[in-house]
Amino acid sequence: MQFGIFSVSDITTDPTTGQTPTEGERIKNIVTIAKHAEEVGLDVFALGEHHNEPFFSSSPTTTLAFIAAQTEKLLLSTATTLITTNDPVKIAEDYAMLQHLADGRVDLMLGRGNTGPVYPWFGKDIRAGIPLAIENYALLHRLWREQVVDWQGKFRTPLQSFTSTPRPLDEVPPFVWHGSIRSPEIAEQAAYYGDGFFANHIFWPASHTQRMVALYRERFAHYGHGDPDQAIVGLGGQVFMRRNSQDAVTEFRPYFDNAPVYGHGPSLEDFTRETPLTVGSPQQVIDRTLGFRDYVGDYQRQLFLLDHAGLPLKTVLEQLDLLGGEVVPVLRKEFAARKPAHVPDAPTHASLLEKKVTA
Amino acid sequence: MNQRTVVVISAGLSQPSSTRLLADQLSAAATKAAAEKGIELKVRTIELRDLAHDIANNLLTGFPPAALKEATDAVAAADALIAVTPIFTASYSGLFKSFIDVLEKDTLAGKPVLIAATAGTARHSLALEHALRPLFAYLHAVVLPTAVFAATDDFGTDTAGSAGGTLRSRITRAAEEMARELERRDPVAVLDPFALTTNFEDLLKTM
Repeated sequence: MQFGIFSVSDITTDPTTGQTPTEGERIKNIVTIAKHAEEVGLDVFALGEHHNEPFFSSSPTTTLAFIAAQTEKLLLSTATTLITTNDPVKIAEDYAMLQHLADGRVDLMLGRGNTGPVYPWFGKDIRAGIPLAIENYALLHRLWREQVVDWQGKFRTPLQSFTSTPRPLDEVPPFVWHGSIRSPEIAEQAAYYGDGFFANHIFWPASHTQRMVALYRERFAHYGHGDPDQAIVGLGGQVFMRRNSQDAVTEFRPYFDNAPVYGHGPSLEDFTRETPLTVGSPQQVIDRTLGFRDYVGDYQRQLFLLDHAGLPLKTVLEQLDLLGGEVVPVLRKEFAARKPAHVPDAPTHASLLEKKVTA
Repeated sequence: MNQRTVVVISAGLSQPSSTRLLADQLSAAATKAAAEKGIELKVRTIELRDLAHDIANNLLTGFPPAALKEATDAVAAADALIAVTPIFTASYSGLFKSFIDVLEKDTLAGKPVLIAATAGTARHSLALEHALRPLFAYLHAVVLPTAVFAATDDFGTDTAGSAGGTLRSRITRAAEEMARELERRDPVAVLDPFALTTNFEDLLKTM
């Protein structure tokens, strides 16, 4: 099982100090955070894509390539890459390029994006979000698998005799996850292609995630990719830890209360009960995270959100120390002990290449 | 006997509230009118005051806490709705509107809705027609022709005949309209939000 972190790249004022990092500071901090994720033994670093303030990450492949150059093993991913407003041709090119530079340590998670104005800024219509995701991915899928593509669709100019360059590393396209909070069509899309499905998980009650994952697993089997429990599932998670759980609650509360997404709304206690957010000791995080398996089954990737809501860099790095030092080693052992042999790991470049060679 | 369900939402804030009083009279009258048509009405009354924090949290986080989810699910599954609000500042109360705002899209489409309101004086009575009726029309609900307004006075001196009839007769007329709507409709089938409405091959073909 893979463990990692994902960042939404928000630039948020630290409510306890009133300090706001500059864009430059936050961008450099994210590189430090990603490198530290590798240092503490995590497997994955995923970065969001946004085209509006207060987020900096408009060009994830630039950031990820910079991180790739300074890491050895870390798998670089996205959370999410906008399949609706980006040109699928550019996604095909950018991520194949990143694959080469990162020696295959790349996959990506596609999402639609829910910021209304971003669609018209890129010449699209949010009401066509699902059709855009379907058509654009159908083209992206072909561009990575067919040398020469002739193509015509509704949303971009036609292609005649087009070859996307560079070709995917070893002619093995990056593995793709489809991320969605609440659209069954996206779970269906992931199932149809035999791709991974990533449930955001952190903004909704567990019962909701359970239904979405169950649908994906059922349809994965329907399309002949394996048994339902062999589908490739990833989950988001959100934690804040201190050795003493009351210290974690006290320290995190002002960040929670002022967080851009849920701040000034439910209490920390309510939100912890209603969603997978865990604020407490490393042992509490271990127990809660192992419990995710009870409602989604054996799954392949767990990403945590750590660096948001204005938390200072020092605190985020301390969270990584606890996650990598105390939490993930136990989770690896416990999840592995529970997983039956026929449930696959998340595909990597190496495993996909091996599959291709043996086929 | 045929069974149908009606959810009553009452947005009164004080306890006891005249809004709840009117809501109870409407649900009792609807139960009676339905029974006369051989329909057994199951009534569930939801006090929005109890859900006020959950409604605000839903607006902020984008998802309903458990108790609110249970209430909105009940609205979706109901065969008809009785919606009663106090008139605040010339319109429905903010809490009432916020509850309507957190309902999933299409929850009320095609659903019979009896609209009703309370206020201190009869001068607010047209708020039903200029505020509540367009709100529910926008949501594609089937708003019953008779809207029921009760001013404080109506609870005391509800005897004088007027062009609109007494409060009691308005309640009876609205309840009979609801019973007629229930009688000519099939029971509501709730759509599973996780159910696929099409398979992926068909989705691809539309491209």
